[in-house]
Amino acid sequence: MTLIDFLQRLLGRDKPSGAMARERLQLVLAHDRSDLNPELLDQMRREILEVVQKYVEIDLESGDVSLETGDRVTALVANLPIRRARPQASELMQEPPLPVAESAPASPSS
Amino acid sequence: MPGAVTTASARIILICSGKGGVGKTTLTANLGIALARLGERTVVLDADFGLRNLDLLLGLENRIVYTAQEVLAGSCRLEQALVKHKQEPNLSLMPAGNPRMLEWLTPDDMKTIAKLVAERADYVLIDCPAGIEQGFKNAAAACQEAIVITTPEVSAVRDADRVIGLLHTQGIQPVQLVLNRVRPKMVANQEMLSVDDVTDILALPLLGLVVEDEQVIVSTNRGEPLTLNGNGDRSPAAQAYRNVARRLRGEGVPLIDPSKQRRGLRARLLDKFRKTGNF
Repeated sequence: MTLIDFLQRLLGRDKPSGAMARERLQLVLAHDRSDLNPELLDQMRREILEVVQKYVEIDLESGDVSLETGDRVTALVANLPIRRARPQASELMQEPPLPVAESAPASPSS
Repeated sequence: MPGAVTTASARIILICSGKGGVGKTTLTANLGIALARLGERTVVLDADFGLRNLDLLLGLENRIVYTAQEVLAGSCRLEQALVKHKQEPNLSLMPAGNPRMLEWLTPDDMKTIAKLVAERADYVLIDCPAGIEQGFKNAAAACQEAIVITTPEVSAVRDADRVIGLLHTQGIQPVQLVLNRVRPKMVANQEMLSVDDVTDILALPLLGLVVEDEQVIVSTNRGEPLTLNGNGDRSPAAQAYRNVARRLRGEGVPLIDPSKQRRGLRARLLDKFRKTGNF
């Protein structure tokens, strides 16, 4: 590491490559372990959003459905900020709309 | 463990990595010698029929007469194929046969060979070929437990993860990790995956930690593993291999992360800034 590199790092302009390696690995392993192909994952993501949108209006811009991995278990994690409940579903909603995070463990990698 | 080889006498351990060139064969040779020096009767079995090299690292390449192939065919006795190491007579090599064996070799054949050598050993170390194809499956069928070796590089860790998944589905237990070629300075500068990063990601217990060491290359040039008596006394890798052998036998040898020891001013400053949330 040269002094310039070091200063850049200190000022937060340059992310250390070790951290990048970790992040990239975690992402690629989540996919490797789930054994889902990207098309299927995309289709599932669309269908999940369709179902959720039947009940609540969600913020598609900031929402995200993705695979995450930890401790050799891959999870499907959905983070879907809710704008408001749909009129017909409002009776079901007891509390004011909040961003929800749901996760369902998928099968461990095989 | 359905169908695995079980003998009361020997522990049969697979040494595998997925990716090639991360140090499987070097670990097998050094661990074999280290166990032998601790008084364990050890057989190292070269399961890499396509690209065998274990004989070369042990300096036994000129002493091979028969191989696993002749033993399986019944054309020689087991003792005739086993090559005893001159300096460490507790260690023997079962050489890999002809690469053409790959065409017909089955998991049952590997089990047969492993079972045969296990009868006269305390430890059987199987040097697994790279990849996750038939060669890996054959070798994995013959073992009870496994050591996965990897380096702190994204490709090696990813491939190790695939192998660990396969070992788990085969019911192989325990599976332990050896992290090879760690460069403490790079880890301290956060330019390399740390020991914690790799053990977290792979979720395996750490059996050993080997720092990058030029002596490894010197010893392979000579065909004299670093763990041999009088060899590599000042080599950190040699010490690491010896510690792996002792931990394998159940001795409580503490693991020391060298990247957390010699931290320079830069690394400590960076850490400080990191904690204040600058990154």
